[in-house]
Amino acid sequence: MSRQHILVALVQDKPGVLNRISSTLRRRNFNIESIAVGHIEVPKLSRMTIVVEGDDAKVEQVRKQLDRVVEVIRISDITGDNPVAREMAMIKVKAAPSTRSEIIQIIDIFRANIVDVSPDSLIIVATGNAEKVETLIELLKGFGIREMTRTGTIALPRGGAGPLTIDESKPLRHVVEHIPAEEELPNW
Amino acid sequence: MIKTGAEILCECLLKEGVEVIFGFPGGVLLPLYDTLPKYPDLRHILVRHEQGAAHAADAYARVTGKIGVCLATSGPGATNLVTGIANAYLDSVALLAVTGQVPTNFIGKDAFQEIDITGITLPITKHNQLVQDTDDLALAIREAIHIAQLGRPGPVLLDIPRDVFQGKTEFVFPDKIELPGYKPKLFGHPAQIKKAADLINSAERPVIIAGHGVNIARAYAELKELAEKAQLPVVTTFLGIGCFPESHVLSYGWLGMHGMGYANKAIHHSDLVIAIGMRFDDRATGVVSAFAPQAQVIHIDVDPAEIGKNLNVDVPIVGDVKNVLQVLNKQIEKRDHIGWLTQVDEWRAIHPATEIREHEGVLPQYIIRQIHEATRGDTIIVTGVGQSQMWAAQYFYYDKPNSFISSGGLGTMGFELPGAIGAKVGAPHECVWCIAGDGGFQMTVQELATMVQENLDINIAVFNNGWLGMVRQWQELIYNKRYFGTQLYNPDFVKIAEAYGIKGQRVTRKIDVRPAIEKSMEHKGPYLIEFVVEPEENVYPFVPPGKTLVEFLEMPSPTGSLKK
Repeated sequence: MSRQHILVALVQDKPGVLNRISSTLRRRNFNIESIAVGHIEVPKLSRMTIVVEGDDAKVEQVRKQLDRVVEVIRISDITGDNPVAREMAMIKVKAAPSTRSEIIQIIDIFRANIVDVSPDSLIIVATGNAEKVETLIELLKGFGIREMTRTGTIALPRGGAGPLTIDESKPLRHVVEHIPAEEELPNW
Repeated sequence: MIKTGAEILCECLLKEGVEVIFGFPGGVLLPLYDTLPKYPDLRHILVRHEQGAAHAADAYARVTGKIGVCLATSGPGATNLVTGIANAYLDSVALLAVTGQVPTNFIGKDAFQEIDITGITLPITKHNQLVQDTDDLALAIREAIHIAQLGRPGPVLLDIPRDVFQGKTEFVFPDKIELPGYKPKLFGHPAQIKKAADLINSAERPVIIAGHGVNIARAYAELKELAEKAQLPVVTTFLGIGCFPESHVLSYGWLGMHGMGYANKAIHHSDLVIAIGMRFDDRATGVVSAFAPQAQVIHIDVDPAEIGKNLNVDVPIVGDVKNVLQVLNKQIEKRDHIGWLTQVDEWRAIHPATEIREHEGVLPQYIIRQIHEATRGDTIIVTGVGQSQMWAAQYFYYDKPNSFISSGGLGTMGFELPGAIGAKVGAPHECVWCIAGDGGFQMTVQELATMVQENLDINIAVFNNGWLGMVRQWQELIYNKRYFGTQLYNPDFVKIAEAYGIKGQRVTRKIDVRPAIEKSMEHKGPYLIEFVVEPEENVYPFVPPGKTLVEFLEMPSPTGSLKK
């Protein structure tokens, strides 16, 4: 069954990591719906939230492919964990004196904020799940959207420790002291 | 001690046990080539094209079990490596590719011979890195070699700018590597192994499919123990050839498009497939939805991404094949499977895949069999790709691990000559036969010069049938003999060899085949035999594309009809 999947990954903060991730997804013929990256509480680590559409088996296959990327420390599909998923949109909408109050009413319903006002337009910041943001955009289209931008989804699983929780008792550092030695060819 | 980047590269390679580099110099590599003479223990072999360097390092790694190292300059040198790197990637070969790069302050400016080789090789390397600072070099090399070898091996590319070679820093060989994102699972889960053992102990018609992973993990003894203890028929994949002695009573050849009919039948009718270190490639499975329809499948592989990729499996075990088999073998009960083995033997009797038909001309199959007899099987066979490759796999009996070196996944024509160089350098005391088609031979023919320069004792058999044979075969059987773009105007191969300073001869009569083979083996140094073979000979058995493993075509009977 094809559906939307949310993958979250803990990655080393090194150049080219995003490229490796997107290249792996492209090679397995996945269209990335959104990808969001940011630092986390631990230095030199970043967290990515990747939203892709696909059937469960295919997404699990690509998850394993992504796990092969050396800089990916952990990657998990949290779709089934009912995660809290939010995104942010900034929308610059045309606002004449005659339409301004109507726009403000809509914004109030969606608990969005106006962050900039100019004589003929407003910049609105909205956060919420993708569906809420989509609905707001649809409503604002009637007034004329000048430009807009979206962050893509970020997500955290609910409850206690999630799949990417860094457990202080189990250090992430994987130290290899030596490479296993090769053995001689056995005689048949 | 303060050392330059070039010195650090040499020091690190030596410390990692590297003895040979296959390389080709260029502008940005000059600081390194100025340093290499100071390290005589690092043998540099000058190839004639960078693709040859990658293939030679690839074959060297397969033969020795050590990492193969190739070296190329920036720009065209680096892009010429690409085919060789892809070849190593698809066949899981531990390869370190070092490329020179323009100085860091020129990067991104489309400088002379600048190309983004880390970008280009992103999808065909296990890992790659542009090293931006001499201080980072030693750690980058250690990490690269570690990643290339551990778990499922693969090629790793290090792109090193000229100023990083020239820069100086305090050299300390890192005694530790920190790679939080690279922790391959080397030991199988005990509960999964238990499940697998239960299935094996209760199976009535089990069959082992042993792949390249057995060769890589050097798990020959463990595989043999498993097969003998439970009396399991062993079929190998194409790249698994040699991981189980083909003269063994439990050996049933190899599977797939040109595999043995009885091997394909055994798998098709089995109730349990024990897949060890293989990846269910489409050339191996035929139509995958109809692969082993009655069987449960145990899949042992070190790469979790291979599990369930092409085929749903019942018992996946992620781990190093050797480690898993060691634990598994302890839980296996002695069985005899007499009924099942008798059945497979009957299939072998009615589908003899490696018979040579009576024919007065020079048959390629006959040549391979003669090489087997003349060498008593004690040689390393390195092949190109196509018909000659398939005959070399079918008509030679491989009893030694890693004695069959061939491009499996990528199917790279031109692998044979540089591959034979790598094999001979890796195993100087072994006899090496290079089995070349007239097409592939000309793709990397310039490496004959490398052979002469290094005076490598390699026997080269060129099968001259005047066609790109495998494509011609498909045009004949699938495209109703509409031959196009496959007929070759061939040069005089013996004269080509002569021009390079290589002795050789042309064989056109069956009676001359064996003496030529023996003469080549007596000769010290490279020797080339051009065999003018039957032009329209086909490779059988043949599972046509889109068919299941048991729908193979066999060699036509003398009356001319195709037997099904």
